[in-house]
Formats: sequence, structure tokens, C-alpha cells
Amino acid sequence: MSLIDLSHEFDSSVLARVLAKGRATGAGFSEVFIEDKRSMGAGLDDGVVEQVSSGRDSGAGIRVINGETTGFAYTADLSEAGLMAAAEAAAAAASTGDGHTHTVSLGPVKRQQVNNVRIAPQTVPKARKIELLSIANDVARGIDGSIVQVSAGYSDSTRRILIANSDGVFATDEQVRTIFRVSAVANGDGGMQTGYDSLGHTIGFELFEEESVAELAERAARQAVSKLRARPAPSGAMPVVIKCGSGGVLFHEACGHGLEADLVARGASVYANRVGELVASPLVTLVDDGTMSREWGAIGIDDEGHASQRNVLIKDGVLTDYMWDHIRARKEGRAPSGNGRRQSYEHLPMVRMTNTFVLNGNEEPDAIVRATEKGVYVAKLGGGQVNTATGDFVFGMTEAYLIENGQITEPLRESNLIGNGPQVLADIDLLGNDFAMGNPGTCGKDGQGVPVGDGQPTLRVKSLTIGGTAA
Amino acid sequence: MSKKSVDDLQAIADAVIAEARPGEQIEAHVSRGRETDIRVYQGEVEHFVSAQSQGVGIRVIIDGRTGTSHAGRLDEASWREVLEEARENALLGGVDEWAGLASPDGVPVVEQQLWDDELDSFDTARKIEIAKELERLALAADPRIRIDDSNYSDGASEEAFATTNGIRSSGRSNSCYASISVMADDNGETQTGWAYALGKNPGEFDLPKAATQAALRATSLLGAVKPPSKRTTVVLDPMVTSQFLGIIGSTLNGESVVKGRSLFAGRLGEEVASPLITLTDDPTDSRAYTATEIDSEGLAARRNVLIKDGVLQMYVHSSYSARRAETKSTGNAVGGGVGCMALQLTPGTKSQEELIAGIEEGVLIQSVQGLHSGVNPISGDFSTGASGVMIRNGKTAEPIREFTIASTLQRMLLDVQAIGNDVDWLPSRAAGVTLVINDVTMSGE
Repeated sequence: MSLIDLSHEFDSSVLARVLAKGRATGAGFSEVFIEDKRSMGAGLDDGVVEQVSSGRDSGAGIRVINGETTGFAYTADLSEAGLMAAAEAAAAAASTGDGHTHTVSLGPVKRQQVNNVRIAPQTVPKARKIELLSIANDVARGIDGSIVQVSAGYSDSTRRILIANSDGVFATDEQVRTIFRVSAVANGDGGMQTGYDSLGHTIGFELFEEESVAELAERAARQAVSKLRARPAPSGAMPVVIKCGSGGVLFHEACGHGLEADLVARGASVYANRVGELVASPLVTLVDDGTMSREWGAIGIDDEGHASQRNVLIKDGVLTDYMWDHIRARKEGRAPSGNGRRQSYEHLPMVRMTNTFVLNGNEEPDAIVRATEKGVYVAKLGGGQVNTATGDFVFGMTEAYLIENGQITEPLRESNLIGNGPQVLADIDLLGNDFAMGNPGTCGKDGQGVPVGDGQPTLRVKSLTIGGTAA
Repeated sequence: MSKKSVDDLQAIADAVIAEARPGEQIEAHVSRGRETDIRVYQGEVEHFVSAQSQGVGIRVIIDGRTGTSHAGRLDEASWREVLEEARENALLGGVDEWAGLASPDGVPVVEQQLWDDELDSFDTARKIEIAKELERLALAADPRIRIDDSNYSDGASEEAFATTNGIRSSGRSNSCYASISVMADDNGETQTGWAYALGKNPGEFDLPKAATQAALRATSLLGAVKPPSKRTTVVLDPMVTSQFLGIIGSTLNGESVVKGRSLFAGRLGEEVASPLITLTDDPTDSRAYTATEIDSEGLAARRNVLIKDGVLQMYVHSSYSARRAETKSTGNAVGGGVGCMALQLTPGTKSQEELIAGIEEGVLIQSVQGLHSGVNPISGDFSTGASGVMIRNGKTAEPIREFTIASTLQRMLLDVQAIGNDVDWLPSRAAGVTLVINDVTMSGE
């Protein structure tokens, strides 16, 4: 069974009337965003499948843009009357009151599906999904006697969207995502330590034919166990080597957010007015690519109805472009870049990343470690946060080791790293040839979370400040 | 929730639990809300969001197996579908002998003022004017200030709750705030600041104070340098203390304790903090921003002293974690789990300025970044990005940024040297107060 795309459930003449209603108070632009999202999740903790949950969230967000003002209203009532009422509220919110009558005509619908889903999650018995939780629990607990607690979570979502606007855009997409998470706690003489790993792709249940839950559970458990003998992380600035596929969040925070056109336009980015300038080490080519099917940030269309794209943001260290949504692109008289995204129909779209990554360099990863006399090797980064106006950012290292005399040695306890975006980009002095995508992530901006991917080859930053406690 | 009932939603919740079959426990949560969100930029409304939402969430427990489901509609066909889905999910869960709903425990509800009529009828045009006024005031506060955005937000919700164990309640609540985010430029350098204004209704907002505070936060960081790495004494601003207490609260979560994830498990009656520390979770204190009447299982919210004079007294529990720990719920069910609701430290006697006057060398920490990535409440490792001001000879000196502070949660509690008298009822689950902590590692150059 496959869900039919949303355009079959909405008459285009109804949508056209709703869009016309949105423009009734004189607005130049109106948009209907309809979403129907089904999700299912199950969690195991302390050896028991504690809770199986499911949900259905559907509704419409109506956006009306009148000059510099955006009016927005949302509703869970998808009848024509419900949509018209929301359109009227959005129009009133953006009103200048010229009261002209507008008409809107829509062309044929453009259908997208971000990826060919082989096994739609709705077709898989929930019991099979839940079995995976027990596998993860058994494997993780079997890794070492020090493992005292394990939790695992499965969830899938099928998100169908439809966007129609007064410029004639009429498009649909179906986005299916499946994710699995494992966390483990190990207990030793020095207290408890934690391990965590996750597996997620923009595909269906075939994820578990392609990837192993048992291996995921083993990685999470081993991370916790190895940290039992971890020593406090160092304090101060030193070289940091980041393992392939574990540090894309560095670029997400160090420059990704600063290349979002809404922040740039407000002068709230250290990268404003710098297109054509060298903003990073010449080793760095940074790409944001929503078309990378399978990856966690993949989309067929963005949440404004524009096809996803591959956008080169930094080429050989030179800033080539920012990321754009409808409002910012229209102001600059250019095409949007497929980066207008929103958490749900209850939210306004804004400029967001999709899959953001750095392309390969030439070095062998081992050679990068050997070339480092003393420093830190980060095997897994946690979350991060950036102030785009100053460029200052932090991110956590959840699995890290000391590098001594060109060798990876002792494991380190968790800590944050801190740096300044432009400085860190300039300080990348070695770039590996072992590109890999990282773990699935959720990027938060202005209170909205959207799924994003990241990736990079093994690389070295000449100097980063490690926030540990050891001298 | 206020005691004013919301009859139509209560009727739906009652109808859901009336469907319970023999052996089934059912909990129904029905809600309806609306929100206004206004953003102003350069004197114009940038966006105006006006919306309504609703939803029903149902939890079913059958023979120790729990299933939940939710949907964003309230019509009978929708809630019946949700109920069936929750039942189906329950059949798939594992058997947990402690699973179950809360039972009424006779603890009386302490009534709170959660609804404001003035806010409910507040004129839309005046809401827009508030955001514009806040922008104007911030711009006027200092010539180096630019505006990032100025916002007004409010929300109102009506909720009803019913369980087959005989807990039933409904009520409504509303709230509002205005916020401003600014940038300050000087000599090619930019720093940022923000602030908000709170009140039961917009008439209580102190907009000039918020504008001045945001401008000062940004301008005071201009010229900030990266400090050297060293061990030092830190003075946490009330806002930072509030974030720190939130993390400490999570380590006293009874569910984490029974599942072996709390670093304070098995330490009741022991000295876990400086004798200066008395930490209370009290959602019945009407001064707390998160003051409330009931927890998410419908039991009365109540005052719990967690740490007294440095000695660990208790953990917080829901009915589930309490059954496992062979104790009683402390009225701390939050969402589907357990949590502190309104933490506060018993204040000391000195102002922040007096506390700083007693410090020869240290750092005043005014903001922290990356708490979610650098603090592990299970291992206790604490490391966070920070900005603030150096303290020398009892006085604040140059601003500093791009550094971290690190220790462990266990040590920080024991290393508390003083608590201020400046309790600030911030919009979070923990009130702020100035806190002085010794022997923290600062990493910079």
C-alpha cells in the first residue's frame, strides 16, 4: 500500500479560490501549504518496551505577503470552509485594505517523491519494528559486564505535503523517514559513562535490510565502555583531528547558519557582503544538497514548493553563494535555492540547510593523525550552537581521544569545543580523502526543528579551544 | 490550569474514558489553543501569525502494557480512531509490572492565577504597537545598536483531563511576553544581546527595562578578549544559575534513579552539596513562572525540599517511578516522564555586587552556550561555552568571550561558596540567583 499524493485529495479550483481569498486585501502573494503526517514510534528502556505510540497531524498553513508584511494562519480543518477562514485570517493579518478582487490560476501539479521508498513503514507490522528494539537491547547488554542500562528507540514518519501559491506553483512531495537510536550506560569505578549512536535515512523500512541494528547497538555500548577509563579532557587551545562522518556539525555551526540569506540580509552574519572573498582554507569546498536522496536532510521539494538543489556555497575557500528562500530570493530578484523549509503546517518557512558537507581532500586519514604531535582526535561530535552575528560557536565531543606523538592514545571525558567560525575555517590545514556522511540530525532555528544531514572527510583544525579540566 | 471548567472539552475526555473495557486503564487529555505571534523589523510588521489548534492524546494500559496515540482533531470519529490506535499500540508493548495511572492521593490543589481577562481581550493593534515600541526603545538606548528583531507573543489554552482512576479536571491558562534581540557594532566588531518583558498581561511589561538590558548585554561585550586558561572562581549570573539548576534537577529525577541513570542514586541522607545549598521544587509558589496546580497525571502540584543544608532529602517521582521505588508520587509527572517543575535555591544575604567585592580574582559568567552538548547529567561532566567579565580586586574588569568553563556537577555543588539575595523569577523551570563556585577550569588561550 502506498499513500496517494495529496493533490488527489484537493480540488485545484478550491485551492485557487483559497489563494484568491488570501490576496483579497491587496497582497501580492498568497500560498497554501497542506501537510498530512503520520508517525509511529516505540521505545525500549530498562529491558521493557515501555510505550508504543502513533500520531496523525494534518492541517494547512496559509501565508499572505503584502509588501514587507507576512500574514500567516494555520488550521487543522482542511475543508474548503476551514481553508477559506484561515486565508481570511492571514489576509487580514497582512492587510493594507485595497479590497481588489484577485484571481489565481494553477497549472498541472508537479509531483515529487524525494526517494523511491521500497518498504513503506505503514506496510510493516508494528511487531517487526518492536523486535528491533529487543535486538538492540540484547546486543548492547552482551558487549560488556559494565553495561548497566540500555535504551533504544524506533520511529518512522511519512509526511505528505502540497504547496500551491499565487505565482502558479503547484507541487507535492512525499517524505518518508526512518530512524533508530541506541544509548547505553556503563558503570565503573570512576562513575557512569554514556554511549550513543543513531541510524536514520530518508527511506522506508528497507533501512534495516541495508544497515545493522546490532552493529549500531554494539557501537553505542563500546563507546560507553571505552569512556570508563577516560581521563579528563585537556583545557586550552590545540590541534584537533575530526574523524570522517563525525564532524559535519562543525561546518553546520561554523558557517552553515551564517550562509542563510535571512540572517545575511539583517547583517546578522559574519559572512554578509563577502561573496567572492576567501572565507576558508583553500582546501574547503562546502555544498548544501537537498537532492542527496536517502540522506536525512533530503527533500524532493522544499516547503515552499521549489525543487531541491545542489548548491555550492564555498568553492576552494571562496564564498560563492548563500542559501535562499522565497522572500529573500524575490527581494534580490533571483531564483530560490530550494532551502525554504518549515517544521510543520503550524510554522512559517525560513532559510534552512538540508544536507551540508565538505568535499574530499587528498590526505590519507592515518597520515593526518601521524602528522599531529599532540592534540585531540574526535571520533564523535555531539550537538552545537552558533551566534551567527559574532561567528562564535560551541559543539560537544561525545567520543574523543588524546593524540600523542602522532598516535591515538587515551580516551577522554566529554567536553565542549569552542571556536570562531571564520577563524576555524581558515585554520583547516589537512583534509582527508575518506568522505562520509554523519549521523541524522535535527537543526533548530527560531524554535523550529527540521531534519538535516552533514558530512566531511577526516580533517585537522590547527587550533581549537578544548573545554576540559586537565592542565 | 485554573479551576474554571471547560465543559465541552471535559465532555470529550469523559466520553473517551467511558469507553474503557474491563481490565483497561485509560487517560484522555483534550486541548484547544490559540496563539498570536508578531515580529517587527525596522518599524514594519514583518510577520503576524494568528492561529488555532486542538488535539486529543490517549494513553491505554492493558495488563501492564502501555500504548499511546494522538491526533490534531476533536470530532468523535477522530478520537475513536485515536483510542483504537492506542489500544492496538498497547497490545504491542512489553509487560511492565509497574505501569499504571496515578490514583487520587487526597493532596489538595493550591489554586493559582493562570488566566488573565485583560490579556484575553487585549487589542491586536496595541500588540503590534508594543513590538514597535520595544524596537524604538532599544534603538534609542545606545547609538551602536542595530535591531535583529522585536517580538510580541501570546498564547491561550484550554485543557481537560480524565482517567479511569477517577481523576478529572479542566481549566484554562494564558500568557504573553515581548522580546528583543539586538546587535552592537564598534570598530568592525559585532556583539549581540537580547531581553524580554513579562507580565500577566501586556500592561505589566517593562519595555524600557528590556530595551536597556538588551542593549547593555551587547555593548558590554564590545572589545571582549579571549582569556587565558586557568582554574578560577566563577560568579554565575541568575540566568546562568537557572540553567545550572535545571540540570541538577534532572539528576534528582526518580525515574533516572530507579533505572540506574542518576549520579545521586543511593545517596539519600548524604552531603551532596555545600551546606549553603537548600534546593526546593515548589510549583505552588505563585511567584514561579512555571507555577501550576496539577502535574501531567492530574495529581496536585506540591512543595518538595530536595536538598536541605547540603544533604540530599528526596528524589522527585511520578506514580510510575514511585511504585518502582516503593514510595509515593511527589506530584512531578511531566509529559510522559518525571521532572522538577519550579526549582528555587534558598537565597543568601548579599547582593551580586557585594559578593564580587569579596573576590580577588575570578570571572562573572553572564551567558553560557552549548549546555545541551557539553553537559552529561549521567556522568556529571560539565563543560560549556561562556562569555562574561573578569573580576579583579573585588571589581568587574574587562569583558571576555570565546572560552569554556568546566568541572563536574558533583564538584560544583560541593564547591558553592556563596549564594546571592537577588532571586529572579525567570521564565524557566528554575528561578535564578547569583551563585559563586570555586575551582572551575576556564579554557581560553
